[in-house]
Amino acid sequence: MRTPPSLVSLAIDSALAQLSNISDLSFLPDHILIDLFLSQWSILKFEYLSGENSAGEAPCGIFKLPVEGFLKRTLRAGKLTEKILKLFIATGKEEVLSHIEALNIQLVLTPVLPTSKKNLSMSQIIDDNDVDIVIGALHSDLTPFLDEWRPVFSRFHLIIVKDPDLKDELKIPGGFNLHVYTKSDIDKAVGSASSASLFSGYSCRYFGYLISQKKYVVSIDDDCVPARDNNGGLIDAVAQHISNLTTPATPFFFNTLYDPFCKGADFVRGYPFSLRNGVTCALSCGLWLNLADYDAPTQALKPGQRNSRYVDAVLTVPARTMLPVSGINIGFNREVVGPALLPALRLAKEGKFRWETVEDIWSGMCVKVVCDHLGVGVKSGLPYVWRKERGDAIESLKKEWEGVKLMEDVVPFFQSVRLSQAAVTPEDCVIEMAAAVKERLGPVHPVFARAAEAMVEWVKLWKVVRTRLSP
Amino acid sequence: MAAGTPLLKDELDIVIPTIRNLDFLEMWRPFFQPYHLIIVQDGDPSKIIKVPEGFDYELYNRNDINKILGPKASCISFKDSACRCFGYMVSKKKYIFTIDDDCFVAKDPSGKDINALEQHIKNLLSPSTPYFFNTLYDPYAEGADFVRGYPFSLREGVPTAVSHGLWLNIPDYDAPTQLVKPSERNTRYVNAVLTIPKGTLFPMCGMNLAFDRELIGPAMYFGLMGDGQPIGRYDDMWAGWCTKVICDHLGLGIKTGLPYIWHSKASNPFVNLKKEYKGIFWQEEIIPFFQSATLPKDCTTVQKCYIELSKQVKEKLTNVDPYFTKLADAMVTWIEAWDELNPAKDSAKLPNGSAK
Repeated sequence: MRTPPSLVSLAIDSALAQLSNISDLSFLPDHILIDLFLSQWSILKFEYLSGENSAGEAPCGIFKLPVEGFLKRTLRAGKLTEKILKLFIATGKEEVLSHIEALNIQLVLTPVLPTSKKNLSMSQIIDDNDVDIVIGALHSDLTPFLDEWRPVFSRFHLIIVKDPDLKDELKIPGGFNLHVYTKSDIDKAVGSASSASLFSGYSCRYFGYLISQKKYVVSIDDDCVPARDNNGGLIDAVAQHISNLTTPATPFFFNTLYDPFCKGADFVRGYPFSLRNGVTCALSCGLWLNLADYDAPTQALKPGQRNSRYVDAVLTVPARTMLPVSGINIGFNREVVGPALLPALRLAKEGKFRWETVEDIWSGMCVKVVCDHLGVGVKSGLPYVWRKERGDAIESLKKEWEGVKLMEDVVPFFQSVRLSQAAVTPEDCVIEMAAAVKERLGPVHPVFARAAEAMVEWVKLWKVVRTRLSP
Repeated sequence: MAAGTPLLKDELDIVIPTIRNLDFLEMWRPFFQPYHLIIVQDGDPSKIIKVPEGFDYELYNRNDINKILGPKASCISFKDSACRCFGYMVSKKKYIFTIDDDCFVAKDPSGKDINALEQHIKNLLSPSTPYFFNTLYDPYAEGADFVRGYPFSLREGVPTAVSHGLWLNIPDYDAPTQLVKPSERNTRYVNAVLTIPKGTLFPMCGMNLAFDRELIGPAMYFGLMGDGQPIGRYDDMWAGWCTKVICDHLGLGIKTGLPYIWHSKASNPFVNLKKEYKGIFWQEEIIPFFQSATLPKDCTTVQKCYIELSKQVKEKLTNVDPYFTKLADAMVTWIEAWDELNPAKDSAKLPNGSAK
């Protein structure tokens, strides 16, 4: 008959699961501390040997101690992270420290990312300091979101902008380099009138774009987690966006093998050589597995439909071709097109589900027009993120379907708007577009007149804030 | 679940140009046997091309082409796979699938043989969406749809005129690229079909191509290439640029992506370079020509569009090289021959209303 577990071993099992939430271990008796440490260690060893460490953290040296006994414990999430290792070291217990020394454990300073080499081979190697990750917090507890993205996000600076309408306090786990902006910060920066009209709901992220000082921005909805590719590997969405943004786009002629700059591909026969240098890519539009970004009627009609098709391609959206840019998973070059990503089209009953918004569709088309005019490119395709189930399409449809109807006017407008030769910066372009919106769409629906005003206000804000921020 | 794709075995011809042999058909037998084949034999007409047992086919060599077309045979290339377009002209079917004799059945990532013909038929029978890009690619594919922001008025799509497939293994590179990367192989299976947007040109490869002959047939002239011509390996490119301009004008769609075939033979890059050399320079002029080509509203049929294009070619490209005058004349000859072999009721009519 199996010996029933002791109280101690049950407590240790429980502690293993909660280790990341414990801040001080020095009160533990020595023998329990050692037990806990070695269990933690054996879990890491098992993960290392079986290749299951999805965080891609560097293995910590050669194992000499007989830890087989501890391998029988149920494997749980605990990993010997820097934080936990420091906890053990902080106890100052002689035996723990000598175990650490004997095991030759090195502090993992930064996790080694499972970035596939092919993404970086053609792109410039960029400095992590060139990237801001902007997250619009529509949920107060960001712990599950950030914990899932930790292997990807932890080397970058994060800007977290809390939806001004969100009442609860934000819960954010440790271990990140981040700044959080709440309603009061936004009010202080831009005045409360602007903050209310421009930055509520999903649009709160635009405040992050406004105050970022980095060259590249990546933005992902807070209900998405990393997806896995066809080989089961965790997709580093940030690395893929950066790769897209740092390799040229090819908007003037379609390459049938998709992105010619990725490893294993090239320009095909018949592709003019003069166009093979490509142009700067200013916007990278990623996709979503599981819950795709359908509108409410489509999802309501097919409630069980989930996107399971992994299309292994990035392609440049040709010049003068419009597309619906989903804000769920994007990256952009803020220095090239920053002001053109803007919060302008706010539906009367805009809500906190993507089905109840079209702000990103409007913003995306503004950016595409600007890119086409300035001769820079937009890519679509990889990376994928995994979008979690949330909300009810039918409820959203009952509440808000105006957005769907508005597209009938929005799309033809953007397809036909032309900017003058005088518009040479994104700001100029936005101002010209705003005037066109006011003139041609304003009479159609008041929401467009407001959008035009918002665009003008946005450019003013952009100029004010940029001036204030510049050294 | 999607219903089975119709075979269309009485509505589709498979056109194969060949100069060597047709052994490759053995591998395709499970997929091709129900269909009628049109073999266009290039090169020495006295050579006997053996067609594997069990296939229903008609075969044309150079002598046959000369006999059928008389003086108009001058528009059909010799010693170049461009001669395949003769097969399009003599076909009586609605759909054409054309494939090169060094293309074999590929496998999808799960290891299953890809029925390329079935995928082409799927592509041709479902609409295209050239007016607004769908980020989830083909919205009519199983498991996909139009994304948020896609206007409902554009969701019916337009008829699909062309289905352009791709190739695993030996990629379709030009000679300079082949010389620089002789061992590059295309191993990336991209599980998507997408519509090429209106106003965007693309390099159309004739290795794995299907089209609706009734919608766009006359535009699929593969030009003057090969023997006696200053250029080769631009036949399908030329047809693709003309076809795209005309499709954009008439409101028809062109898809690219799946299906994949397995391209087995890498042609000699030095030979290719000699053939393509002029084309590489000329395409710098040709592309802007096609990108800015517009067709008048009264061009409401494919033939009218094509004749109009030939006029513009003669007018605007002759200063690039006198070859283009010859080509423009051949384009007219082609249409005349097409109309002769496909009298009024078969000629490509406008499918749905006025030209755009």
